[in-house]
Amino acid sequence: MSIDRRKFLKGTATAGVAAAAGFPHIWIKNASLAYAAGGEIKVGVLYSLTGTTAIIETSLNHATIMAIEEINAAGGINGMKVVPVIEDPASDPATFAEKARRLVVGEKCVSVFGSYTSASRKAVLPVFEKYHNLYWYPTLYEGRECSTNVMYTGAVPNQQQKDLIPWLVKNFGKKFYLIGSNYIYPKEENNVCKILLKQLGGEVVGEEYVPLGHSEFSAVINKFKETQPNVIFSTVVGDSVVALHRQYKAAGLDPKKMPMASLTTSEDEVAAMGGEFAAGHFTSAPYFMSYDSPENHKFVEAFKKRWGKDKTTNFVSEPAYFQVHLFKQAVAKLGKGSITPADVRKAAWGQEYKAPEGLVKIDPKNSHTYLWPKIGEWQTSGQAKIIEESKEWVEPLPYWAYPGQVCTPDGMVEKKG
Amino acid sequence: MNSIIPQISVGLSIASILLLIALGLAIIYGTMGVINLAHGDFVMLGAYTVWFLQKQFAMNLITTLPFVFAFVGAVGWLAERMLIRHLYQRPLDTILATWGLGVIMQQAVRLLAGAELRYVKMPDFLINPVHFFGYEDSAYRIFIFALAVALLIATYVLIYKTEFGLRMRAITQNRDVSRCFGINAGRVYALTFAYGAGLAGIAGALVSPLKSVAPDMGTGYVVDAFLVVVLGGVHSLLGTVASSYVIGQADAVLASWSDDTIAKAVVFLGVVVLIRLFPQGLFAMRVRRS
Repeated sequence: MSIDRRKFLKGTATAGVAAAAGFPHIWIKNASLAYAAGGEIKVGVLYSLTGTTAIIETSLNHATIMAIEEINAAGGINGMKVVPVIEDPASDPATFAEKARRLVVGEKCVSVFGSYTSASRKAVLPVFEKYHNLYWYPTLYEGRECSTNVMYTGAVPNQQQKDLIPWLVKNFGKKFYLIGSNYIYPKEENNVCKILLKQLGGEVVGEEYVPLGHSEFSAVINKFKETQPNVIFSTVVGDSVVALHRQYKAAGLDPKKMPMASLTTSEDEVAAMGGEFAAGHFTSAPYFMSYDSPENHKFVEAFKKRWGKDKTTNFVSEPAYFQVHLFKQAVAKLGKGSITPADVRKAAWGQEYKAPEGLVKIDPKNSHTYLWPKIGEWQTSGQAKIIEESKEWVEPLPYWAYPGQVCTPDGMVEKKG
Repeated sequence: MNSIIPQISVGLSIASILLLIALGLAIIYGTMGVINLAHGDFVMLGAYTVWFLQKQFAMNLITTLPFVFAFVGAVGWLAERMLIRHLYQRPLDTILATWGLGVIMQQAVRLLAGAELRYVKMPDFLINPVHFFGYEDSAYRIFIFALAVALLIATYVLIYKTEFGLRMRAITQNRDVSRCFGINAGRVYALTFAYGAGLAGIAGALVSPLKSVAPDMGTGYVVDAFLVVVLGGVHSLLGTVASSYVIGQADAVLASWSDDTIAKAVVFLGVVVLIRLFPQGLFAMRVRRS
């Protein structure tokens, strides 16, 4: 028997009509979206376990799972168990979008925790916007985004730099060299840095971007020697960080005279380069593994007990951990009835949680998070000594460098006038 | 004038690393005509061997080098005997097979050693820079330069001054005629491949304290190595040296004139143009292929 085009069209049309009559819910949007059914709250966990960024994202996956286990061990949320649905998006933005769709549509998760890179976050945004779901993003990032379907629990530029730059100028001097990897995050951070420097009467003696994964810094180091900056402001990421620090020391530069101040160097990179190559350089972040607080001691201990003695916690895995607790508080507020992602978002606004870094709060104005910036000086032990701590939590301002724009609960709006 | 000497030393440093990486590939590609896409992963294997030896036996980087050469060379020998020798008449299949071999090696390392970045210790006496004529330079980079030159000389002697090298050159000229004269081509090929892989391993060991060690680190190196070998001319050791030098200096000059992103793009463009004009590379040698 042969099927020609006409027969085929007729057949599919009939089938479509039958399906529409037989399964009406697939046509009625959200009709069957029963979140949190049967005493279970399904949440998605979307961090890469394979591929380029697998190393860091695995630690985010671990922190998330650990928080979920803690919540369930303490009786769940209003008697309901939190059930994680774990996907591996393999460090590939397209796979991120595909897996996000599966979590949101197939598994009906009420929220998804995920992403490390900005590229993967941008890739899943359309999915969350289309299905009105909620994405919890733990990574520090470049700001300038204001989705109504994302909760941002990592730092934005104003939180990492507002205290750092004046402190560097005061202690080391006004000549800065800006070095970063060649993509959006370092460029936005450097924009903020340049604005702050201008206010302080500072000077940028060099601004340079190296390709991602770059490992030959001899020409760059030569320029450091020629321009003699007081501070090297680094937003180099990944394994390039390791190469930069090693070659810096091998070339005979001295962190006492020309320290590198980084927004991206964490305990993990320092372990890979060796403490002696990081010693004397600085990082600004809301969280360090060595931070002295009862909550952090508990967090680090639990993390090592659950995932292995040699594991480190860092400024990305900490938000990945506390954002699950913020989610729990929001859902607890909603009671046992219907839970939709939109309800969770509204309930999460204003939630406070005693995180390892200090008391954090989700800002109702822009769904970003109040955090506690700190400046750490790296030691040969591979840990940071915290030498400056913000006296108060710092408000998140994702459009700090763009005075005409402001993030509101309804998304970004342009200010007139 | 003040900036010229550091400039040249940056270029020499980049060139010596390129030469180190490309030397093994030049031997394998030049003699055997095998396009070895697993070359970068032999480099990676060398770096991991040092990491393992340092971790298990607290060995100094320099004392690990013979072990690295032996181990990575042995892996290369096995690869040649089990896989590559079956594909000598099928160059395109070799590309696919060596690429697959590289993927297998990467994943094996990822499974055995983990995906984390690894730490390889620099020898203590080379950490601090040295001063000369009012300039200072990284002692470790000078060490790399010296070893690159030493390995180059060793390779030159091997190819041009030993009987093994004579056989190797004979096979390169004409494999079938060489076999008629009683040269065991299979054995020479296997040893050549092992030697090339061993050199790649040493290169990996030497760059690892200056750069980072990760399972996928080889990808960048294999590109660099091919760039050098193709530009230099496939059958010429001198060409490999000259093209490492040219690419290294060009990279250094362009990077200090603008930045590394531009330098990378312009160097690639330059090589593409040169290959268009000199398809045999800068130092072409007439070779009869059977």
